[in-house]
Amino acid sequence: MCSFKMEILIPIITLSGLGLLFGIGLAFASKKFCVHVDPRQEQVLDKLPGANCGACGQAGCMGFSEALIKGSCSVDRCPVMKQEDKQEVAGILGVELKEAAKLVAVLHCNGGKKVKDRFQYQGIKDCVAANQLQGGQKACVWGCLGFGSCAKVCPFGAITMDDETGLPVVDKSKCTACGNCVKICPKNLFKLIDIKKTVYIACSSHDKGKAVMDVCKVGCIACGKCERECPSGLFKVKDNLAQIDYNNYVACDDCVKVCPTKTIRKRG
Amino acid sequence: MSAQQVLMIIISMVFINNFILSKFLGLCPFLGVSRQTKAAMSMSAAVVFVMTFSAIITWCVYNYLLIPYKMEYLRTICFILVIAAFVQVIEMFFRKTSPVIYRALGIYLPLITTNCAVLGVTVLNVNDFFIKGSPVSASLFYSTLQAFFAGIGFSLALLLMSGIRERLDLVDVPEAMKGIPIAFVIASLMSLAFMGFAGFQIK
Repeated sequence: MCSFKMEILIPIITLSGLGLLFGIGLAFASKKFCVHVDPRQEQVLDKLPGANCGACGQAGCMGFSEALIKGSCSVDRCPVMKQEDKQEVAGILGVELKEAAKLVAVLHCNGGKKVKDRFQYQGIKDCVAANQLQGGQKACVWGCLGFGSCAKVCPFGAITMDDETGLPVVDKSKCTACGNCVKICPKNLFKLIDIKKTVYIACSSHDKGKAVMDVCKVGCIACGKCERECPSGLFKVKDNLAQIDYNNYVACDDCVKVCPTKTIRKRG
Repeated sequence: MSAQQVLMIIISMVFINNFILSKFLGLCPFLGVSRQTKAAMSMSAAVVFVMTFSAIITWCVYNYLLIPYKMEYLRTICFILVIAAFVQVIEMFFRKTSPVIYRALGIYLPLITTNCAVLGVTVLNVNDFFIKGSPVSASLFYSTLQAFFAGIGFSLALLLMSGIRERLDLVDVPEAMKGIPIAFVIASLMSLAFMGFAGFQIK
């Protein structure tokens, strides 16, 4: 009888003893190895968007919040956060918030389905992959390939592919200027432009006028009409392509009508 | 302790009795963390580390606690307890002392806490290196060695898989087979290949 009791008792005691030992050990360890985390960091992290897009230049929102606490980075580096949230984060950190312009990604191509294919491309349906095969299947080597790598990479769903034109469309209310599309586009067609500066050049071709005309009816032929007729001096034709100096931007909507190929466009 | 036995343990653990591909233990991280090679590397490092040290600790628990009190039947629950507590302490330790290692292994350590491969290697050690309730000579060394190379075998399988899956992303796979289904097919093919090692004999 007695040995029977012991047979049950010893395992129970051992196991609960082990459990107790580890419990106490862990409790002590958690005290000893306790890492002091700035309580503000959690509050700040709570306000950050959590998309981990990396547009601020830090390794995700966690890294951004650490950099903010350390003071090595300012709040306006995050293009995603709403203005109110930024204000709140600045309040938590006790710093002044600088006003930053809201940027939006803009596609500098108007070709899409209007540009014919040079050859039949049967590889992976991805712009980066297609571009590696002789610069893609489009007759214009500067323009959009239309496989929607930018739409796939956008973490906010702001880019959709328009089936009619074969071009990506940026929803400016959703776009946060994280720059992922700018990075992924093998043709470098996206630029981040201030939402208030609405006029842009919908072409990236540096080919001569005739060569552009042969493959695309809506490309910039570098005729220089915009440069000559616009009084504000907003446009400059450089390397066979009209370019806008956004640093000296003047709202000049009439120039849009000047362009014979309708390459100068205004965002809605 | 002989060189032949050491060599046998190494080859057996890495190839012949590979934990993932021959024993089918630790399949969860094998499919979960094998999408990118970088994550697979971190996971492998964490597994090797935890396996080796939990083998040492469980050997001590088994030899000095369970055998003297004739409680060998409690080894599963005791080992799980030991491994879980150990992983927790390690996580805290790294968090305090080395943020770099903590970032690299941090998210994977809790995953290992209840990983069957870690428990598997400790149980296997007990089966292999204890004869009739007493340890064979140099069994602590053998246990550690076996656990370390079990981890290496695990890493090998995980890295192979992640390499294949990274390439697989660029292949035109039928819609229904994308992702996990094709990964399972590949895992079985890899396992078949590793079955080829089963005929190995070291004399």
